[in-house]
Amino acid sequence: MTLLVQYTLIFASVLLLVALGGCFAERSGVINIGLEGIMVVGALGGALVMKFLPVTVGAPVMVLTTIVASALFGLLFSLLLAVAAINFKADQTITGTAMNMLATAGATVAVKAMNTAASGGNDVSSDIAYTQAKDLFIVRFGSFEFNWFMLVAVICLVAAYVVLYKTRFGLRLRACGEHPQAADSVGINVYKMRYAGVLISGLLGGLGGIVYITAGVSVWKFENGVAGFGFLALAVMIFGAWHPIKIALAALLFGFFRALGNVYSGFDFMMALNIPSVVYNMLPYIISLVVLAFTSKKSRAPKAEGIPYDKGSR
Amino acid sequence: MKKENNSLIRKDGFQTLLASLVCILGGIFVGYIALLIIEPSGALGAITAVLKSFFRYPGKLMLKYFGQTLVRTVPLLMCALSVLFAYKVGMFNIGVAGQYVAGACGCLYAALAWNLPWLPCLLIGMVMGALLGAASGLLKTKCNVNIVISGIMLNWITLYLTNLILGTVKSPSSPYTMSLMGTNPKALLPSLGLEALFNNEKSVTIAIPVALIMAVVVWVVLNKTKFGYELKATGNNYNAAKYAGMKENQNIILTMLIAGALAGMGAGLLFLTGIEDWETTISSVPAMGFNGIAVAFLGGLSPLGSILSAFFIQYITTGGGNVDLQVYCAQISSLISSLIIYLCAFVAFFKFFIQTRIRKSDEKKAAALKASEEGGEDK
Repeated sequence: MTLLVQYTLIFASVLLLVALGGCFAERSGVINIGLEGIMVVGALGGALVMKFLPVTVGAPVMVLTTIVASALFGLLFSLLLAVAAINFKADQTITGTAMNMLATAGATVAVKAMNTAASGGNDVSSDIAYTQAKDLFIVRFGSFEFNWFMLVAVICLVAAYVVLYKTRFGLRLRACGEHPQAADSVGINVYKMRYAGVLISGLLGGLGGIVYITAGVSVWKFENGVAGFGFLALAVMIFGAWHPIKIALAALLFGFFRALGNVYSGFDFMMALNIPSVVYNMLPYIISLVVLAFTSKKSRAPKAEGIPYDKGSR
Repeated sequence: MKKENNSLIRKDGFQTLLASLVCILGGIFVGYIALLIIEPSGALGAITAVLKSFFRYPGKLMLKYFGQTLVRTVPLLMCALSVLFAYKVGMFNIGVAGQYVAGACGCLYAALAWNLPWLPCLLIGMVMGALLGAASGLLKTKCNVNIVISGIMLNWITLYLTNLILGTVKSPSSPYTMSLMGTNPKALLPSLGLEALFNNEKSVTIAIPVALIMAVVVWVVLNKTKFGYELKATGNNYNAAKYAGMKENQNIILTMLIAGALAGMGAGLLFLTGIEDWETTISSVPAMGFNGIAVAFLGGLSPLGSILSAFFIQYITTGGGNVDLQVYCAQISSLISSLIIYLCAFVAFFKFFIQTRIRKSDEKKAAALKASEEGGEDK
């Protein structure tokens, strides 16, 4: 049972972080389909730190450096979307899809090159192992493993709420997603606001990436990307009606179904049902489709999302 | 002479071609830089290996690999047709990957579990893809679910289901499905003697001409029929199409159904050649569908352009396997194709740039002409 709670919380943290990222981008008016790729790149940044930073530096340094590295990697990668979508008015869906492909291909090439060079051609895998470093993120309370990332997710949730609803910046950001022309007419720089939205989404998405790959395992194969988790996070964001608090609740629900797949074998009654494990693997995706089918009808999506802002158009 | 040059660059098709070439060059250039970073000494050799692809082999072997490249181009082209068909109606069919998987599931199960001949197998594959496509279309029109999100969710659900279903017909000693050749040879597509052209490469079948015909059919449907016109109208302006009396929702579902059928057929045209078997332990959605997106956009969203771009993408993918695997990795070609699709997002801007330049030079010329006509005494 503790295990189920633990996994629910950690997967909910991933979904929360990435969905909040999506929320910032969309609230500013840019659809970020590339979150999946941003997660991969962020995960790569974090995993590199965890592999190469000696464990002797201690938990605080390790945790902080990993967080900074993955956030930074995610942020830099999201620039690809920002430049294409904001400056060049490119189709945001194509750009995002390209970023997802680019992230997995790029991370695979980079990690394979690293492993190949380090082993003199014997190891051509795309794996990064971080077994020892991972322990520094965990504080044990009895059988429950508290992960510092859970706290990070809660802090980001509070920060996101405050920024979006209690600051001038948040108000302006939301205005750009609803009616950029009106925002521009009162002197808000729409391009700047959209850049801010996309970069924040890159930061949070990158962070979500490292949390995801360290959630259940201590070796990650970068060829596999992040298995559609970025898109699950978008579903969480839609289900959460683009509002941080509701997103958090949605993330808990989806995190629970994702966690079931990891821990169902620990429950006698679930084993007795004799359901093949693939069903548990499919569960989060099925649930999200069903939930979206019932909630998308009255969507509260930001009005101007996905439409490039052109000063000259009416 | 200059005038002729000008008129060529004014053509939309030429601008698209030019833009695609720029995308390709950009992708290759960045890919080359990546190779340089990994290991400078062999980078030139590696990029040449990618670009030379099957041409690096001698005579007969080259024909064989050429044939195999064509065989693998077929599903890529079909996926691209699926993507561009849906795109004309304003739907971004990222679910093409899942529809492709569903097609593979349908045709292989029909061939291996029911021992059907190739035609029913292919049709079952198409129907499976079509059903999945229609599901996305229904979710969009009835429940307003974003087509990209539903597509991705269905991709993963289909992948897991396919592994489950095809797990019942897998070979006992490996994670792959049983080979068609050994279990049910009549499910293999007929070759009609085509393999003789490619040094008796067995996987060369009617799949290649069939895919080419499908590309032409898609072009005709989109450009020469009332149905195609309605689809494009719905894509351009949903409400205008609705008020003009077109059945907009029905059109969307029908489009997704056809798009799904095209992708499913693509899977059938690959797996029923026996060139490869389905790996039932595969843990990520096959890249075929996503590469189809790259092909469609690189081909300027035209069925005929997609034939060229599908061949090109498969050509460099084959080439990726040629690099020295002790130093580099085959994914360098996925890196190049993903860079190409990223650059494709800038095509609209690129064309706009060319058009602005043309207009400006026209204005300049007109102004100069005017000045020379009335201002003779000024100078």
